[in-house]
Amino acid sequence: MRSKHMKKAAWIAFFVTPGLLVVFVFILMPLFMSMFNSLFGWNQLIRLDFSGLDNFRKLFGSYPYQERFTNALGNNVKWFVMTMVLQNLAGLLFGYVLSKRIAGSQVYRRIFFIPVLFSIVAVGFLWGLYLRPNGMVNALLGAAGLEQYQSAWLGNASTATYAIILVNIWRWLGFPSLVFMTAIDNVPAECTEAAYLDGANEWQLFTKVVFPLIIPSVTIITVLTIIGSLNVFEQVYTMAGLDGAPNYATDTIGTLFYRTAFGSVDSGAPEIGVGSAISVVIYLMTFAISLLSIGITRSKEVEL
Amino acid sequence: MTTDMRFRFASGPKKAFIVLMQVAMVSYILLILYPLFNMIMSSFKSTRDIMRFPFSLPDAFSFDNYLTVWVDKGFGLYFLNSFLYTAVSMAFVVLLGSMAAYGVSRYVFKASTLLYMLFLSGIMLPLKAAVIPLFQIVKGLGIMDNPLSVIMVFIAMGIPSTVFILSGFMKTIPLALEHAAKIDGCSDLRIYSQIVMPICMPAVALVSIYNAVPIWNEFFFPLVFLQNDKFKTLPVGLSSFIGQHSTKWDLLFTGLCIAIIPMLILYLFMSKYFIKGMTAGAVK
Repeated sequence: MRSKHMKKAAWIAFFVTPGLLVVFVFILMPLFMSMFNSLFGWNQLIRLDFSGLDNFRKLFGSYPYQERFTNALGNNVKWFVMTMVLQNLAGLLFGYVLSKRIAGSQVYRRIFFIPVLFSIVAVGFLWGLYLRPNGMVNALLGAAGLEQYQSAWLGNASTATYAIILVNIWRWLGFPSLVFMTAIDNVPAECTEAAYLDGANEWQLFTKVVFPLIIPSVTIITVLTIIGSLNVFEQVYTMAGLDGAPNYATDTIGTLFYRTAFGSVDSGAPEIGVGSAISVVIYLMTFAISLLSIGITRSKEVEL
Repeated sequence: MTTDMRFRFASGPKKAFIVLMQVAMVSYILLILYPLFNMIMSSFKSTRDIMRFPFSLPDAFSFDNYLTVWVDKGFGLYFLNSFLYTAVSMAFVVLLGSMAAYGVSRYVFKASTLLYMLFLSGIMLPLKAAVIPLFQIVKGLGIMDNPLSVIMVFIAMGIPSTVFILSGFMKTIPLALEHAAKIDGCSDLRIYSQIVMPICMPAVALVSIYNAVPIWNEFFFPLVFLQNDKFKTLPVGLSSFIGQHSTKWDLLFTGLCIAIIPMLILYLFMSKYFIKGMTAGAVK
């Protein structure tokens, strides 16, 4: 009996250990190392004495980190709000009508998903070219007689972030559309039919029956949007550069973190301490906001 | 039923809604297809023509630009690197991920939930934020500026979702199948490789697409860990190429075509699998 147990344990270890080792070394250990690193002073790559929360104080309370961090976080919030309102709401509408087999839905769903597969880098550079002052977007406006609306979309502090966010929405819109479509497809016909026979109109059917039943997908899309918005990097890197040009207007926590960790702008040298503090903040925010949104949507979830 | 989107039988306000949605969806389709079409056409034009006549068609279809970018600018090598890194990491993601999924889903033991949660925690954690310690680890392992560094990170990135999706699938396979094989003297390894894995193939296909697309497109870690030009991947190669030739629009568009078109062609043939695979983590 004992040897049978040992044998089972040995097999479990055989199957699980290799994968667990990789995940431990490259995902879990770095998480704890970030926390550890953030509590020490650093001289470039050399660890100095334990410094408590000094790095966090520096990040939240001293120039230039405080200004840069607040500015970058504000842009991440813009990313989140615009993505939720434009991308996910449009995705919900598209998913609904696609699921209800609107004319052309078979073609739409296939084409909608094309940009999702492209690399963010290629998409960023492609639209970066189109959005240049002498690029296609302005040429199109000119051809339509709308010269007054031509703009240096990425060079202008008031439009740059929004232009980059819109390009990202261009790339991602198909994803929530098809996730919501599948979720609505999976709503049992009995539920909507029963409500329909009870006299519910289509709006009531959607808000009272369909939407509550697809809350799990809403949660997943929301959490993915949060994680994505907090980790914006490639989009800004390819369309505005590491500094979040012009004048930090497009800066995000991702680009600020990169500059801090690898030392290119604010101080010139890598700042491992403050950089690690930023990554701890990213972890905590991702974790807290995800839990919160799961909690909120869970409370609205209904079981069949 | 009333919720069908058939125009003819719809009420007045619903007709308006259908028209509005059709306009929105057709606009989005044009916004997807025209820029791609323009990109491909521009790759056959001269920089001067792209600037002066951005909407015109090319005079001739010459592949000189493609030859220049593919051979002289190193895109052939970048492409090969991306392919190799993706293939090698995916082989290990599927192997290690399916083994771990088998371990946590097919055995009954106390720590199985804990192990499962450990794997799952990797799905939510933003790995980019951990680049400083990853840098230290990669340096400590002596694989800096070595393709192994990104391959290891790719494998780690892929395992959590693979365990999540495959263990969910494996739980639906009746245990009786295993017991029968055990009575016949099958070892656990053979049960995994010759009974459970063949049944899991549809899920393995999904998981492969789910992970291979982001790995193929991954930019951040190859950017940080690989400096040598001969190790660069397609996205990183594209990025440095665009930095160097910002005024040669014809070459820029050609480089973008090389980065984008292969995925487009693959998608044309396998759109169903791509859609299913990419949404696999978000759809039950």
